[in-house]
Amino acid sequence: MNLNLLSWIIFLPIVGLAIIALWPKPSQRTIKWIALVAALLSFILSLYAFLVFDRSSAAVGHMQFVEKYPWIPAINSYYHVGVDGLSLPLVILMTFLGVLSILISWKIQLRPKEYFSWLLLLETSILGVFTSLDLVLFFLFWEVELIPMFFLISIWGSGRKEYAAYKYLIYTLVGSAFMLAGILCTYFITHTFDMTVLAGIDITSSVMPLTALFFLLIIGFAIKLPVFPFHTWLPDAHTNAPTAASVILAGALLKMGGYGMIRICVSMLPQIAVIYAPIMCTLAVIGVIYGAAVTLRQMDLKRLIAYSSVSHMGYVLLGIFALNQVSLAGASLQMFSHGVITGLLFAMVGLVYDKTHTRDLNNLSGLARQMPVIAVVFSIAGLASLGLPGTVGFAAEFITFAGSFASTVIPGMQVFTLIAILGIVLTSGYILWMLQRVFYQHPLDKYNGVGDADLVEKISTFAFVAVIMLIGICPAILTNVINLGIAPIAKLIGI
Amino acid sequence: MMIDQLRYIAPEISLLCFALLIVLVDLFVTGKKILQVLVAAGILISAIFSIILWSIPTTQAFNSMIAIDHFGLFFKFLILGSTLLVVMASYNYVVKFARFQGEYYALLMLSAVGLMLLVSAINFIAIYVSLELSSISLYVLVGFLKDKQSSEAGLKYLILGAVASAILLYGMSLVFGLTGSIGLTSISEHLKQLTLNTLLDSPVLLIGMVLLIAGFGFKIASVPFQMWVPDVYEGAPTPVTAYLSVASKASGFAIFARVFITAFGTPGWLHNEWSMIVAILAVLTMTVGNIIAVVQTNIKRLLGYSSIAQAGYLMVGLAAIGMAERSNISATAGLVFFILSYALTNIGAFIAIIAISNKINSDNIGDYSGMIKRSPLLALGLTVCLVSLTGLPPTAGLIAKIYIFSGAVSQGLAWLVIIAVINTVISAFYYFKVVKAVWLNEPTSQEKITTSWPEWLSLAICCLFVVIIGIIPGFFINITQAAVKIFGL
Repeated sequence: MNLNLLSWIIFLPIVGLAIIALWPKPSQRTIKWIALVAALLSFILSLYAFLVFDRSSAAVGHMQFVEKYPWIPAINSYYHVGVDGLSLPLVILMTFLGVLSILISWKIQLRPKEYFSWLLLLETSILGVFTSLDLVLFFLFWEVELIPMFFLISIWGSGRKEYAAYKYLIYTLVGSAFMLAGILCTYFITHTFDMTVLAGIDITSSVMPLTALFFLLIIGFAIKLPVFPFHTWLPDAHTNAPTAASVILAGALLKMGGYGMIRICVSMLPQIAVIYAPIMCTLAVIGVIYGAAVTLRQMDLKRLIAYSSVSHMGYVLLGIFALNQVSLAGASLQMFSHGVITGLLFAMVGLVYDKTHTRDLNNLSGLARQMPVIAVVFSIAGLASLGLPGTVGFAAEFITFAGSFASTVIPGMQVFTLIAILGIVLTSGYILWMLQRVFYQHPLDKYNGVGDADLVEKISTFAFVAVIMLIGICPAILTNVINLGIAPIAKLIGI
Repeated sequence: MMIDQLRYIAPEISLLCFALLIVLVDLFVTGKKILQVLVAAGILISAIFSIILWSIPTTQAFNSMIAIDHFGLFFKFLILGSTLLVVMASYNYVVKFARFQGEYYALLMLSAVGLMLLVSAINFIAIYVSLELSSISLYVLVGFLKDKQSSEAGLKYLILGAVASAILLYGMSLVFGLTGSIGLTSISEHLKQLTLNTLLDSPVLLIGMVLLIAGFGFKIASVPFQMWVPDVYEGAPTPVTAYLSVASKASGFAIFARVFITAFGTPGWLHNEWSMIVAILAVLTMTVGNIIAVVQTNIKRLLGYSSIAQAGYLMVGLAAIGMAERSNISATAGLVFFILSYALTNIGAFIAIIAISNKINSDNIGDYSGMIKRSPLLALGLTVCLVSLTGLPPTAGLIAKIYIFSGAVSQGLAWLVIIAVINTVISAFYYFKVVKAVWLNEPTSQEKITTSWPEWLSLAICCLFVVIIGIIPGFFINITQAAVKIFGL
C-alpha cells in the first residue's frame, strides 16, 4: 500500500499555500477557507494514519508509511519519511493545532494573505521535522520553520515584537549551526544520513570524541525545548507572538527539541547519553523549579503561561534522561499533553486579551460573570496543566515521574524525581492563583458587556477540551502507540 | 596547426567580435537599445559554441596554453550567464552613462572574454595575460560614473590591482625559477621529484606559493587582501559591482583551484602545506567579513562585506580540496557547487538593489523601509536571495553550505566547519536587518516602484533557480561533478 500518505499530510498545507498565492485577488473569506480546508484535510489524513497504524508487536522498531526516494545522491541523502510510535502522536498534535490555529486566527485583519501563508508553511515544516528519517531532510525542515515564525512574530506580534523575533532567530540559528556541524560529523563517521540505520549501529570513531558529537547535536534541541540556561528566548517570543503563533510555538515547536533528543541524541548515542544523563537531569530539575518559581511572580497573563512552559518542559527533559522505558514514554506523552494544554491556555489568553485588551493581572478580576464559557474552559485548561486526575496532564506527569523514579540506569534518579515533583506544588500555586485573580474575584464594571466566546471560538476551544479529557480518561489510546516507538530505543540503553 | 585550434576558443572569439561590433555600431546609431540586443546575441552565440565544445573530449590547445575541459566550460557558462544577467539588470541603469553605453557594454564583454580565457588557462603566461585583459576592462568600468566616488574607486582598484598583479607575477617567476617551467602540468611533474627536505633547504617554492595565494587572494577578496572591496563596491556603478562580486570572483576561485590542484596538488606534503594557509585565511576572511558587515548602513557596502564572508566559506572548500587526495573530487565539486549557488544568489540580490536604488536614488538600508508595500515582487526577490545568502532553506544557499562543509568535515577540518557555522549565525544579523527593513518598517514614501521587464525577468530567473536548486539539487550537483571530473586523475 503506497499512497504517499505521509507526503500528503506534510505537503497539503503547502498546496493550500500555493492555491492562496495563485488565486487572483482572493477575499479574506476565500483565504481563510482555503487555509482551513488544507489544514483540515491534513488533519483527517493524519487521523486516518493513526487508525490504520499497525499496533501489533511485529511493528515494534519499524517505521510505517515509509517513503524513500533519492534526493541528493552526491551526499547519499534521500527524501525519506516515515512515522513510528514516537512521532505519530506529535504529527497528529501538529495537524490538530494546525486546524485550530487557523480557527483561532479567524478574525485576523492585517495582511491576511501573508499571515495564512506563513502559518501553512510553518505547519509543513514542523510536520516535516517529525517525519523525516534523513538527517539532511530533517535539518532542512528544521530550518524552514524559522522564516515563517520570524515573520509571524515580527509583523503580527505585539509589544517588543521585533526584538523577540530577532532573539528567536538568533537563538535557533546558533543551535542549528552546531547541529549542522554535528550532522556532518555523523556523516563523516558513519557515511550515512539515514536515521533508522544510525539508530541500529554502534557508532565508534577514532577521529573525534563521541562526546563532542553528542553535544554538537544536542545544543540545538536544548535551545528549542528549552533547557534551563538556554530558555531566555522563550518568554519573549511567546509573549509577543500573535495568539495562533504562540499556540503552535508552545504546542508543537518546542516538541521538536524533545523529539530530536530522543530520536537523534539518545537513539544514536545511547552510551554517551547514559554518561551525561545526570547533568541533563540536573538541568531538568533546575528548569522545573526555577521555571515554576519565576512563573509565580509574573503579572502578564501570557508571560505567565510562557514561563510555565519552561517548567513543564523540564519534566520532558527529566523523563528523557531518566532513560527508562516508562519515563521515555511519559516524556513523549508529556510532550503531547503539554502541546494540547498549553495550546489551549494560549488560545484562552488570546481570547481574554481580545475582549478586555489587557493581559495585566492587576487589571483583570471576576471575569467569570462576564464570560462564563471562557472562564470554564480556561479553568479546565489550568487544572489540566497542574495535573488534575482525569486530564491528560495527570496521565503524562504520573507516567513520567513513575518511570523516572523507577529508573535504575542513572544513580540518584529518585532524588531528582522527588525534587522535580515539588514543581507540581508550585504549578498548583500559580495556576490557581491566576485563575482566582482573573475569574473568581469580584467582577469589575468596566468589563460589563464584553461578550463571551462566539461560535468559532467555542468550536476550537471545545475541541481542545475534548482531547484533554479523552486522553486523560483513556491514556492507552496514545501510550499503546508511543510504546511501540519507545521500546526499541529503551532496548538500546540496555534495560 | 595553430589556425585549426582557433575553434577551441570560438566562444571567446565570437564574444570579442561582438564587443568590437558594438563599439562600431555605437558610432552610427542614436537609439541605444539595439546595443543590448547585440550584447544578448553575442552572449548567446558564445554560449552555443561552449555547448558544442562540452561534447568534445578534454584537450589542450596552443602549445598547452589553454585546456578545453568541462571545468573551464562550466565556468564559461557561469561567466556568460552572469554577464547576461548583469546586462539585463542594467537596462535602465545605463541611462546614467549617457553616450558611453556602447563602451560600457564592450568593456563588460571584453572583461568576460578575459575571464573566460582565464578559467581555461593552464599556463602561467596565459593566466597572467587573460587576468590582465579582464582587470584592465574592470578598472575602467569601476570608474565609469566619473563622479568623485566612482573615480576614486576606479583609481584605488587600479593601483591595488596593479600591485596584486605584480605580486602574482613575482610568485610565478619564483615557481618558474625552481621548476624551470610555466605549464601547470609540467610544474607538477617537476615537483613530484622533490622531497620535503629539499623544500626546506630552499623556501623558494613556499614563498612562490604564498605570493600566488596573495595574488589570487586579491581577486577573490580574501582577508587580508580585501581592503579595496568596500570602497570599490560602493563607488562602482551597481551593475559593475554585481559583476565584480560574481563573475570576477567566481573566475578567481576557478583559477585558484585549478592552479593549486594541478600544479601543487601532489605530492601529499605539498598540498597539505598550502591547505593550512588557505584554512587560516578562510577563518580570517569569513570572520572579518561578517563582523564588519554587521555595522554597515549602506547596502552596497553591506553586500561587499557579505561577499568577503562568502569568499571565506568558499575558502573552507578550497582548504578541504588541499587536504584531500587527488582522486577525491567531492570537495572540488562542493566548491564549484557553492560558487554556482553564490553566483545566482548574489546576482539576484544585486538586481533587486539595482532596480530599487535606481528609483529611490539611495543605497541606504533605511530607505529600503517598507519596500514590500512599494514593490512587493522586488522585495520578495530580494528576500529570497538574502535568505539564501544566510543559508536557510528552501534555497540553494543551504544545500551549498551542507555540500561544501560536508567536504571539509570529511577531510578532518571539523574545527574549520564549526567556525564557519558560527559565522553563518553572525551573518543572519545583517541579512535579516535588510529583511526587517523591507518587511517590517513603515515605508518612507507611498510611491510605487516600477521596473522594466528585463530587470524583472533576470530577477525571476535568479530566484527561480535559487529555489529549484534548494529543493531538488540533484541535477545541478551532477553537472558540477561532471565539471570537476578532470581533476580526478
